[in-house]
Amino acid sequence: MKSLRKTELAVIGGGPAGLSSAITAMRQGAEVTLIDRDPVLGGQLIKQTHMFFGSKDQFASIRGIDIPSELIKALEEGPGKVKVELGTTVIGYYDDGVILMEKDNRATTLLPQRIIVATGAAEKMLPFPGNDLPGVYGAGAVQTLMNVYGIKPGKRVLMVGAGNIGLIVSYQLLQAGVEVVAIIEAAPHIGGYLVHASKVRRAGVPIYTSCSIKEAFGRESVEGAVICRLDENWQPLPGTEKTLELDVICLAVGLSPLTELLWQAGCKHKYVPELGGYVPVRNEKMQTSIPYIYVAGDAAGVEEASSAMIEGKLAGLFAAASLGYDHDLESLAATYRKELEELRSGEAGSKIRQGLAKLIGGVSVAS
Amino acid sequence: MLLAKTGVPAASDLAKVIPSEERLKKGAVAIIECFQSIPCNPCQFACPRGAIKEFADINDIPKIDFDLCDGCGTCISKCPGLAIFVVDATYGAEEALVKIPYEFLPLPAKGDRVAGLNREGKEVCEAEVVRVQSAKGLDKTPIIWLSVPKDYMMEVRHIRLKGGAVS
Repeated sequence: MKSLRKTELAVIGGGPAGLSSAITAMRQGAEVTLIDRDPVLGGQLIKQTHMFFGSKDQFASIRGIDIPSELIKALEEGPGKVKVELGTTVIGYYDDGVILMEKDNRATTLLPQRIIVATGAAEKMLPFPGNDLPGVYGAGAVQTLMNVYGIKPGKRVLMVGAGNIGLIVSYQLLQAGVEVVAIIEAAPHIGGYLVHASKVRRAGVPIYTSCSIKEAFGRESVEGAVICRLDENWQPLPGTEKTLELDVICLAVGLSPLTELLWQAGCKHKYVPELGGYVPVRNEKMQTSIPYIYVAGDAAGVEEASSAMIEGKLAGLFAAASLGYDHDLESLAATYRKELEELRSGEAGSKIRQGLAKLIGGVSVAS
Repeated sequence: MLLAKTGVPAASDLAKVIPSEERLKKGAVAIIECFQSIPCNPCQFACPRGAIKEFADINDIPKIDFDLCDGCGTCISKCPGLAIFVVDATYGAEEALVKIPYEFLPLPAKGDRVAGLNREGKEVCEAEVVRVQSAKGLDKTPIIWLSVPKDYMMEVRHIRLKGGAVS
C-alpha cells in the first residue's frame, strides 16, 4: 500500500489570503503545501484591473492583476519551499484529518498537521421571475469573461447592486466598450466607495438607489428587465415600473463565505449577516473551533482583499507557531493586528467591526 | 447626503475642496474630490513637494496645502479612486487647463476636439486635447490635458471622444 502523503501545513485556496498565509508560514519555517483549483495562483486578483485602496503594505495604488506576481515572487524567494498544487480541488475532509483532492479526474489524499482554509466566497443570487434566463450573470462571471478571457458578456447591461463590486464591474464594462444602462441599488444609499460611484457617473451611467429589479423577460435569453422603485420598507412602489431593453443583467448583490469544507469538518458556524451569512467561529488567531484548522480571507467573513491578505498573514503566523515555528510571534502578530485595525477603523469598516464583535465576542475556542 | 444617493458631489461638497479665487489666479493646482472616509492613503506619498498632508489615520480624508502644490499632477494617477484633477485657471485668456485621469481606449490625440462631460456625464462644452501623458510610470492611468472655456473648468471632469467611441 502506498504510504499517505503528509505535509505540515496545507493551505487551501491560492487567492490573496491563501498566498499570504503560505508565504508567512513558510518564512516562519513551516513546510507548506498550497492547493488551488484554478490553473494559476491569485484567486480573484487575476480579474481586478483597478488600483487597490488601502496602504502601501497591502499594495495600495497597485492594480489587483499585478499583485499575484508580487506574492508569487515572495513565495519563490523562500527561504523555505512551498509545494504548489494547481488545478487541484479539495473535495473532502475525513475525521482523521486527511483531505481528499481531485486533479485531472483522479483522487489523491494528503495528511496535513494543520490546515488553513482560504477558499473565498460565493456570489449571492437574487430571486425574481426570469432570473434563470441566459444573460443573467453574477458580477464575478462578467469579470472572468472580460478580464480573463477577453469576451464581452453582451451589449447593454443592467447592473444590480451599487456596492464596490457592482461599481467596479460597471466601470470595467465601460472600459471594455459595453454600455451600462443603469446601476440599481435596493438600499437608499450607494454601498460602495463614492469615488467609484463618481467614476461611473461622470462616464454617463445613472445610479438609482431605492430601486430593484422586478423581473427579467425574453424568449431565448434576456431581452429586457422591469425595474421599480422601493419605499422606505423596501417594498415595490406600484406604478413606478420602468421597462429597459438590454441583453445582460449583472447581479452584484453580495457574497457569502465558501465554507463547505469547514462544515464538513464540523467547525462551529454562526450566522452574522454583516459578514455575509454563516461564518466559521474563530478566535483572534484565526483558529476555528477545531484547533488544527484555521481560516482566513472571505471564507472567514466577507470583506475585501487588503484585509484578506493580513488575515492570511495572521493565520499563517499562528498555524506555524502551533507547529513550533514561533519566531518573533508576538511582535509580528501585533504588527498585523494593528494593520487590520487601521483598515477597519473608519466609517467604511463599521459593518465589519459590528460583525466581528458578534462573531468573536463570547465564544471560547480551544487554543 | 446627496452624493451617497447619486454618486455626484453636491456644490456643498465641492466648496470644501476647491481652492480660493486668489489661489486659482496663481496657477495650476490639484483638487482632490474625495469626500468619504475610506481606508486609503497612497495620495499622501504621491506628492514630491509634500503638499498632501500626512494622514493621522488611514481613514482620513486627504487635505492639500494649496501653497505647496504646484499642480504638477503626479498625484493624479496614484489615486485608486481617480478622484484627483488639476486645474490651471491661468492657462489662457479665455481657456483654463484641466488635467483628468482617463483609463479608456482609444486615447485621444493632441489637437483632438472632444466633448467635455460634467460629473453627471452630461456634455457641457467642447474641449481641446493639449497633451496626452501615458508613460509607463503612470501604470495605465493616462492623464489628458484639456483646454476648456474658463466657465467650465470646475465642471469638466471626463470626456467623450467624437466619432462614437464610448465615453
